[in-house]
Amino acid sequence: MGGLRIRLPAVLLLLWTAAALAAPLLALTPDHIDLSRILAPPAMDSPLGDDDLGRPVLDRLLIGARTSLAVGLGVVALSAVLGSLVGGAAALAGGWIDLLAVRTIDVFLAFPGILLAIALAGILGPGIDNVIIALASVGWVGYARLVRAQVLTLKQRDHVVAARALGAGQGRILLRHLLPLTLAPLIVEATFGIAGAVVAEAGLSFLGLGVQPPQASWGSMIRDGVAYMLVAPHLVLAPGVALLLVVLSVNLLGDALRDRLDIRLPRG
Amino acid sequence: MTQPILSRIGSALVVVFGVCTLVFLLIHLVPGDPVETMLGENAHPADRQALREALGLDEPLPEQYLRYLGGLVRLDLGRSFQSQRPVADILAERIPPTLELTGAALALALVLAVPLGVLAARSRGGLLDSGAMGFSLIGISIPNFWLGPLLILVFSLWLGWTPVSGRDGPISLILPAVTLGTGLAAVLARMVRSSLLEVLEEDYVRTARAKGVSEATLMWRHALRNAWLPVLTLVGLQLGALLGGAVITETVFAWPGVGSLLVEAIQNRDYPIVQAGVLLVSLAYVLVSTLTDLVYVWVDPRIRLG
Repeated sequence: MGGLRIRLPAVLLLLWTAAALAAPLLALTPDHIDLSRILAPPAMDSPLGDDDLGRPVLDRLLIGARTSLAVGLGVVALSAVLGSLVGGAAALAGGWIDLLAVRTIDVFLAFPGILLAIALAGILGPGIDNVIIALASVGWVGYARLVRAQVLTLKQRDHVVAARALGAGQGRILLRHLLPLTLAPLIVEATFGIAGAVVAEAGLSFLGLGVQPPQASWGSMIRDGVAYMLVAPHLVLAPGVALLLVVLSVNLLGDALRDRLDIRLPRG
Repeated sequence: MTQPILSRIGSALVVVFGVCTLVFLLIHLVPGDPVETMLGENAHPADRQALREALGLDEPLPEQYLRYLGGLVRLDLGRSFQSQRPVADILAERIPPTLELTGAALALALVLAVPLGVLAARSRGGLLDSGAMGFSLIGISIPNFWLGPLLILVFSLWLGWTPVSGRDGPISLILPAVTLGTGLAAVLARMVRSSLLEVLEEDYVRTARAKGVSEATLMWRHALRNAWLPVLTLVGLQLGALLGGAVITETVFAWPGVGSLLVEAIQNRDYPIVQAGVLLVSLAYVLVSTLTDLVYVWVDPRIRLG
């Protein structure tokens, strides 16, 4: 059971990544409109059926995998780097800089994350870059809080004191001696962060604030499919199941990693 | 006892001020000209100038900021671009449906989570435990903009039990509340379980058990009473997610609350409403999490007296 709980999600995530990376190499026709195939149910030559414009759902699903992976990794990378630097620098500097950082973090935490992202994405305008910027503007806070707390407990350790005595600068101490020690909880947080970003991207696209047509996203596929749910449920089922499987797998792996690394995170 | 309460209220006020400032900056931080964003690139220069003056965007930033804060104090949130009605009036109409929805979702989450968590904790490592936690993992992972349409498909379109959308009597509340409450129920069930497992290790539980207290009494009278504090904290923390989720859930079900208003306003580029809506929801969140902390201080003698 224990092995399966890690292996199954790992396999699913590998499939997701492989689909996303291989999508441009396959002869996909996600934007090919075939009016004779409008709302066609799954068949041999189109395993997941066709959508309201007669486009193959499977091809769009694979392109959607690319969108979600790009946003998931992009958001987590950007937020983790930004958050670690802010949180780490604040804890190391102390004094009013730390106070300012803590207050800023508090203010950002006072916004329901997705709400601020929705507003930002709406103001920035559609597009995958803006989705990543909007979600990272919200996402960095969790990492900042986490790294700040870690650095506060680590900065009195002997090796840090020794490095300081040897004349190492603040930047070097942060990057070489402190941040590497915060990696374990950071990795766990980042894993859950991927799940959050993937759902958030799909949510923004569902609201029409994410990637724009004809570019495919699982969220916009669900939104477009809702109108035809009664006659062609596969339009909503396919992207939803894909989304659920990816998020479920990431969460399962996150749980396993947390247990393995024995980390207690404040799960908000 | 007053010291922790006052300091909590103090920091909440600082956060409120910060939230107001950030919402103000939201529109100014955006690269480019907000007027161009609102009117599009092809707008007539005279229209642009008119809008700039109407919004006070031709004044220096500090002046705009002060005017904005002054407006907030007087509950003057400006007028909607779209309907020209005062934003405060529009928001006031949309608040009751959102309270109704989030209240129902929260109640549903608690009703589901407590028995589920208790069941899981009682059969730790057993089949029921795996089942309950598997269910909870799916609940955490399922996006509400997918769960909502699925519920509509099954219960509205196939079975015809509930209306597809809109707010028309208690029956129309069921599907939106389930959609919004499922994620919270899942998170809470996990917390109830882990919190119970921790409490069940305590000495007083062993003492009670040794005295011959029945397992049911032990669970409901002794363990749950002490296990619900972390659960309460989590409810406070999760309210933000609940309010954020309401934005999407309301859109799925065309529920006439603050969330769907916000999405409409974003699509119409009606920025005064966007600003006020984000502000309202965030302030509600700050208020609730502060209250949660205060309740925590009040009910836990270790904090109150310590």
